[in-house]
Amino acid sequence: MNRHPATRPTLAVWKFASCDGCQLSLLDCEDDLLTLSEAVDIAHFTEMSTATVEGPYDISLVEGSISTPDDVRRIHEVRAQSKTLITLGACASAGGIQGLRNFAAAGSYTRSVYAHPEYIDDLATSTPIAEHVTVDFELRGCPIDKGQLLEVLLAHLARRRPLIATSSVCEECKRAGIACVLVGRGVSCLGPITHAGCGALCPSIGRGCFGCFGPSESANTNALAEQLRRVGTSDLELSRLLHTFNAAAPVFLAQYRRHADPNPEAT
Amino acid sequence: MAPRTTMPGEVAEADWRLLDLDQFDEFIRSLNDRFEVRGPVPTSDAIVLGRLRRARDLPIGWRDEQSPGRYRASDQGDDEYFGHAVAATGPKTELLPARQVMWRSEGRGGRLKFVEPDARSRDLALLGVRPCEVAAISILERVLVGGDYHDPHVDDVGRGMFVAVVECARPAATCFCSSMGTGPGIDDGFDVALTELFGPHRFLVRIGSERGRREVARVTSTRAHDTDLVARAEVLERANQRLTRHVDREGVATLLEHNVEHPMWSDVAERCLGCANCTMVCPTCFCTDVHDVNDLAGDVTRLRTWSSCFDIDHSYLHGGAVRTSMSSRYRQWLTHKFSTWWDQFGSSGCVGCGRCVTWCPVGIDVTAQLATLHVKELRDVDSRVAGVS
Ligand code: SF4
Ligand code: SF4
Ligand code: SF4
Repeated sequence: MNRHPATRPTLAVWKFASCDGCQLSLLDCEDDLLTLSEAVDIAHFTEMSTATVEGPYDISLVEGSISTPDDVRRIHEVRAQSKTLITLGACASAGGIQGLRNFAAAGSYTRSVYAHPEYIDDLATSTPIAEHVTVDFELRGCPIDKGQLLEVLLAHLARRRPLIATSSVCEECKRAGIACVLVGRGVSCLGPITHAGCGALCPSIGRGCFGCFGPSESANTNALAEQLRRVGTSDLELSRLLHTFNAAAPVFLAQYRRHADPNPEAT
Repeated sequence: MAPRTTMPGEVAEADWRLLDLDQFDEFIRSLNDRFEVRGPVPTSDAIVLGRLRRARDLPIGWRDEQSPGRYRASDQGDDEYFGHAVAATGPKTELLPARQVMWRSEGRGGRLKFVEPDARSRDLALLGVRPCEVAAISILERVLVGGDYHDPHVDDVGRGMFVAVVECARPAATCFCSSMGTGPGIDDGFDVALTELFGPHRFLVRIGSERGRREVARVTSTRAHDTDLVARAEVLERANQRLTRHVDREGVATLLEHNVEHPMWSDVAERCLGCANCTMVCPTCFCTDVHDVNDLAGDVTRLRTWSSCFDIDHSYLHGGAVRTSMSSRYRQWLTHKFSTWWDQFGSSGCVGCGRCVTWCPVGIDVTAQLATLHVKELRDVDSRVAGVS
């Protein structure tokens, strides 16, 4: 894949509202990142280097959600300069943990977090990239899996379909030979409704999946919630499980609303 | 060779032997000299297929409780070696690994070099697998080796594999092997079959092949008596009484054929998660996906991984998936397993191990789903009869 510099595709990495964890996954590729830099020109990646090259870019990796008026302007600029736009992580695909503010009184989070909220110019909601511009591929996870990131890039360079399953975590769990923690110990696990990609990390250490890759294809959230209730998970616990990094993903949100106390102040 | 004479009360030495506990341990150790021995081993909360080097590695004293969507296994502290039923994981992984490299190609200096994965270094011996699992192995071999297409990996592992099956004394509440004609006892398809007997604690060994005979002959064993065979029959009789789930093995094929449109399919889809646990744990589900993946050096790996008819991609044809609803995916699975498998491979695709019942996170029970069809079918017959009279 070693290409002559002049023919190498250019790669840019962009940050929106996020914790930088997904970009770190790219840095975490270490040796593979060096090899990757022989196949692509890393033109803009401020977490790695302050030197940047002007666009347009062949591939843009976008981390984070749209959370400020400036983000809205910038994401359109990024899109206009990018042949292919790939988003990284739960923030970019579902709004992230900061998406929780979508369900709170306007400005209440800003007021409780910042000493001087008057300096903060934000939007009332945190929204996924795809709500603003066309996205070519969404890589899930909080954070993403670095192996999957490399796979997406390699597949793109080789012009093949990336090997990224849309099925549930359960399949990875069973391929890894893990005895199901829900069936075997009654542990609340979101694996059956969660998009694969982590390699069943949590079940592999005996704990339940908490859904960081967001909803899987055709997730039957209600059937799982009923079963979790049967093994003793309370509505409060269910609502909390469903209300984390992917809180604003419509499938999780709809199920969350079935368990959340509609009137939390009253209790 | 002239037939050996047996003393009154002794059974033919050729077919049945007895191992006491020390001899049984010796038998496992001796197998280890020639095989990689795998069988049931305890983990913190489940019995799984793992490496067996000595009898102590077995889940001695363990019991399991299995019901739809629920599994609990724990050490009860007694000395029963096989007081549990079918383990959480089984030999499918050995024949058809969950993730398998089929070949790699390396591109160096403008040339392509193809590299085959290393063959298994030692033959496999399965000890303590259950009769239903032995039935499942033969189904897998029929499907993947016996037909027009020949899977070299499955063939390699299968040919070398030594099978020491254990008959079941305590089937789980989810087992229905007697309906499927696969258990709790077994008469063929093994190298040796073991039955755990008490008073005194011993193993009755039935020889099923010449290789089995050779392996048993390597350790000290004693003659079995007809009282041992009676004891075995009693164990199996009690096991049969413990089997509470039933399926009409042959009738159900037609039943499914007649009920392609039935409210059961949409009812079950309300509960089904589409998570594929059932197909992953099923010892006969053999569907895989094949992918080529390249790395940064330009090397390509052809990978084969377990896939499932519960995945949308499984029915992806040009332009889209044909089984988009969960009811169509569940119907595909159940119908193939219990009905069209007969047309395709000449047997049922289900051996009644009950794993899909236990390990379904929401406890969907194939026997109950099939029974729902029966009720409707009977009503149909009733109404036809009523209509005639
Ligand atoms: S532990 Fe969780 S992810 Fe694994 S099979 Fe069970 S429900 Fe699925
Ligand atoms: S369908 Fe279920 S009971 Fe039948 S062989 Fe498969 S896992 Fe066992
Ligand atoms: S039947 Fe159970 S195990 Fe199978 S896909 Fe549906 S929910 Fe999952």
